[in-house]
Amino acid sequence: MFKELWESFTEALEGLGSVVHFLFRLVVNSPRALLRFSLISQQIFNSGAFSLVIIMLSGLFVGMVLGLQGFQLLQRFGSEEALGTAATIGLVKELGPVVTALLFAGRAGTALASELGLMRATDQISAMEMMAVDPIQRVVVPRFLGGVISMPLLAAIFSVIGIYGAQLVGVQIMGVDSGSFWSQMRAAVGLSDVTEGIVKSLVFGVACSLIAVYQGYYATPTAEGVGRATTRTVVTSAVVILFLDYLITAAFL
Amino acid sequence: MRKSRTLNLGTGSFVLLGFAALFFLTTQTTSRGLSWFGPPHYEVTAKFDNVGDLKVGAPVSMSGVEVGRVTRIDFDSNEYKAVVLLRLNERFNKIPTDSDASIYTQGLLGGKFIGLTAGGADTYLKDKSQIDFTQSAFVLENLIGQVLANFTKSKADEQRPAPADSKATEKTK
Repeated sequence: MFKELWESFTEALEGLGSVVHFLFRLVVNSPRALLRFSLISQQIFNSGAFSLVIIMLSGLFVGMVLGLQGFQLLQRFGSEEALGTAATIGLVKELGPVVTALLFAGRAGTALASELGLMRATDQISAMEMMAVDPIQRVVVPRFLGGVISMPLLAAIFSVIGIYGAQLVGVQIMGVDSGSFWSQMRAAVGLSDVTEGIVKSLVFGVACSLIAVYQGYYATPTAEGVGRATTRTVVTSAVVILFLDYLITAAFL
Repeated sequence: MRKSRTLNLGTGSFVLLGFAALFFLTTQTTSRGLSWFGPPHYEVTAKFDNVGDLKVGAPVSMSGVEVGRVTRIDFDSNEYKAVVLLRLNERFNKIPTDSDASIYTQGLLGGKFIGLTAGGADTYLKDKSQIDFTQSAFVLENLIGQVLANFTKSKADEQRPAPADSKATEKTK
């Protein structure tokens, strides 16, 4: 039994090592891939613009729920005006980056993993190698960079729509004064809060895209293997995002 | 060709939307988004005995109109005073040199801000000048302490003459 434990432990270490190695390869290949920006732009379109609808809808509803809950809670202390502050700080620092990253893993991460997995299963990647085209540079890096670039933008859009949702519920429906909603928010939210959100979403962007691309690239080339790679992408991404979120929050305190 | 055009259009509008959102977050939800390339301004200093919980970025107002912001709070170790750097909008360049600066509280428990009251001098504040007349922050704890001290003192005063009073009432009986 100890032997099995030890084996699974070394296996996990091995996996971690190969992920780091893969990341290193991606970073080394990134400058050259940047020269062919049309490939990256296409991936930004695939993973960013196509995620826009789900991000905006979720942002709106998260913001509206924050507006309702925040109003209910703050009303007990007679300080409904702080709703703007509460909702904005919550959205910009936590909910924006984290929920966006989780949705991104579900929407774009799975697409990346299954696409690469299918390429592997149908021998497209081997074919590229045969033609002396580096699949990492031609296929993997653009997808990785596309995800990294899309994530902060998506998180920012999520936060803005969320603030609009909170404003919609708080000001339009519940009757919080619009002037104090915005002015208290401006007085209490600092540039550092926004920076923290951006740093978080950048880190999540790297983590999510890396996991998706890695799982897809090294998927077992069978239908079952591609399915497993997709599932693993979502599960690993979710855990890693929440873990990193704790680390970054602690680092910024 | 057509396909790549719609693709570029889509990517472009997505990136534009993202940056618009980032711009909104940095400028509209925070207090000092564009201060480094904001309107023309000049800076004056003011020394306070106690700034309370005055924060960098707090507004500076005159008659309730915002004329600038607090950009830095330092400590002068020679005079044991807090040095506050105020960045005032160039539009408000006719503030007399003998104006006084006081620290007020927004609302009952709100943040602190600096209120300027115009003096009567003919010369005006300009860059790097100093406001000499200042009034420190109103610290709630000190006030509560004073009220409590007064309260206990007056209670002690009340208790001392009390026995005499009761004797007097007994005598009248």
